Amino acid sequence: MRIKDHPILSFPEGKTVEFSFEGKTFIGKEGEPIAAALHDAGIRVLRHSPRHNRPRGFFCAIGNCSSCLMVVNGEPNVKVCVTPLRQGMKVEYQKGKGDINAAD
Amino acid sequence: MRQTDLAIIGAGPAGLAAALEASRAGARVILLERDDWLGGQLVKQTHQFFGSKNEFAGMRGVDIATHFSEQIEKDENIQVFTGATALGFYEDGVLTAACAGRMIKIKPRTLLVASGAMEKMIPFENNDLPGVYGAGAVQTLMNVYGVAPGKKVLMVGAGNIGLIVSYQLIQAGIEVEAIIEGASHVGGYWVHASKIRRMGVPILTNHTILKARGQEKVEGALITRIDENWQPVPGEEREVSVDTVCLAVGLSPLAELLWQAGCEMEFSPQLGGYVPIRDSNLETTEEGIYIAGDVAGIEEATSAILEGQLAGISAARKMDYRIEEEKVEEIKANLETLRAGPVGEHIRQGLANVER
Amino acid sequence: MLKKDGVPSPEELQEVKPSFERLQEGPVVIVECMQEIPCDPCYYACPREAFRPFDDINQKPEIDYKKCNGCSICIAHCPGLAIFVLDYPYSENEGLLKIPYELKPLPEKEEEVTVLNRAGEEIGRGRVVHVLNTKKQDRTAIVSVAVPKDILMDARHIRLRRGTDEG
Repeated sequence: MRIKDHPILSFPEGKTVEFSFEGKTFIGKEGEPIAAALHDAGIRVLRHSPRHNRPRGFFCAIGNCSSCLMVVNGEPNVKVCVTPLRQGMKVEYQKGKGDINAAD
Repeated sequence: MRQTDLAIIGAGPAGLAAALEASRAGARVILLERDDWLGGQLVKQTHQFFGSKNEFAGMRGVDIATHFSEQIEKDENIQVFTGATALGFYEDGVLTAACAGRMIKIKPRTLLVASGAMEKMIPFENNDLPGVYGAGAVQTLMNVYGVAPGKKVLMVGAGNIGLIVSYQLIQAGIEVEAIIEGASHVGGYWVHASKIRRMGVPILTNHTILKARGQEKVEGALITRIDENWQPVPGEEREVSVDTVCLAVGLSPLAELLWQAGCEMEFSPQLGGYVPIRDSNLETTEEGIYIAGDVAGIEEATSAILEGQLAGISAARKMDYRIEEEKVEEIKANLETLRAGPVGEHIRQGLANVER
Repeated sequence: MLKKDGVPSPEELQEVKPSFERLQEGPVVIVECMQEIPCDPCYYACPREAFRPFDDINQKPEIDYKKCNGCSICIAHCPGLAIFVLDYPYSENEGLLKIPYELKPLPEKEEEVTVLNRAGEEIGRGRVVHVLNTKKQDRTAIVSVAVPKDILMDARHIRLRRGTDEG
């Protein structure tokens, strides 16, 4: 959910881009972190922990905690909380620790 | 290899103030910032700052960040790298950083670590569930990117951060169910507590969270009253219906680089954890390495700005740039004034043990 | 008690209340800043020097009620949003309350609003008389609400009623 009318802050309109998450198409703002666009779309689970299969979501927002590692354009272990969103990005859940050989 | 007079790690209030002060004395500065913007936590602050009119009091944090950024941009002595994470500081005096997928190497004559702090975490069942966020993350999401973290929030912690972020949530149109606080009293400024209370948000002191509810994401939380030994009081448990749990349970200094650089460290409960031993000019036990802001001890943004000024001017003096001694005394006096009241008592106690 | 839950006790409030006589005379400030914190913008905000100079910025504000004319400039300059203006003799049955307001949407003139006390409890209805939001206020609006005289001393916030069932 986007914050529309804020008493103090104003948020730049920004360019809307399309990206896919698990095969479905979503929209977000160009340059915002992928995680922000996913959060806006109501997606809370970003991965499952490799050992105990616990759901993991957005947590630190500064690229510290590894809670948000996803596969982006085939590349695993991308910290989506600090990776800018671009037109046409393909975002997917990562299985386990992520397979670098799966990348193009 | 890049050469410079002063390398600064972190462009929050301390780092920005230091860069400007050192540059004013004539020093060349390289400023490294991990985020893509300057200002650190300042950019997330919608409230007017406290403190003295001389140090930005009355200005909103986000506007102070803009003010500093504009000055830094104009300053030809200061070279800025955003999206740059400092990686290490080595025995030969070389600082490395990762920036845009490359490693850069810097050999500075002096170094200022203004890396800030990281959030603390508390243990409770399901504290790893999506929907449990640090207060910093909530602020980043809603105040930087304009995305609501949830619809209804339980805030854990009634220090200044918990109170301020609760207010910011309401400003963003998000409901705050309650603020819970383990201690028997509100830790933050009472005026922050009052403004939240009159909007109808309860502050429950002597309360803690036992578990977050939900399978894939937060759907509620179980809270309880606790006694003076922080043990749950039987029969005082309560379910709250929220989709977000926000943790504002304190900060600890982000001091890894100082450990690596060999600075003598001391544990200070009043200052939030291990902090470097420093002299009255904020130089650590390693010559030429300075500190300012939360990494020197958890405090707040106004003191971070003043410490930044002091460290910046001190580093410049170390390199024999001409500075005004009166200015140094003035900054020190302002810092002392800021910390002189009852809310600064723990800072004064903490500093007494780490200043040599 | 402020320290316990952010709501001042009657004893705590006693410290910051203008005298009954002063209240009767017309608009006057009430500065609900009861903790020694390092902060001094109120002193600089007042054009009539009704805030006494701070020897030390950690002091609590001291007000010379004789100098204060209730002009309300200070309201938007308090970082703690702790300053209010009360006009007790505003009309026969109503007093006027001026509060800082940093929420959206802003209330509109003549709008009926729910009045809240310091604990956020509903204590009655009020009527918005004026909304001031100049550039100098830097996004802290000042809302003037006419409220029944008997709740003026307790009223400290408003809630908009539009969009709600009761509205």
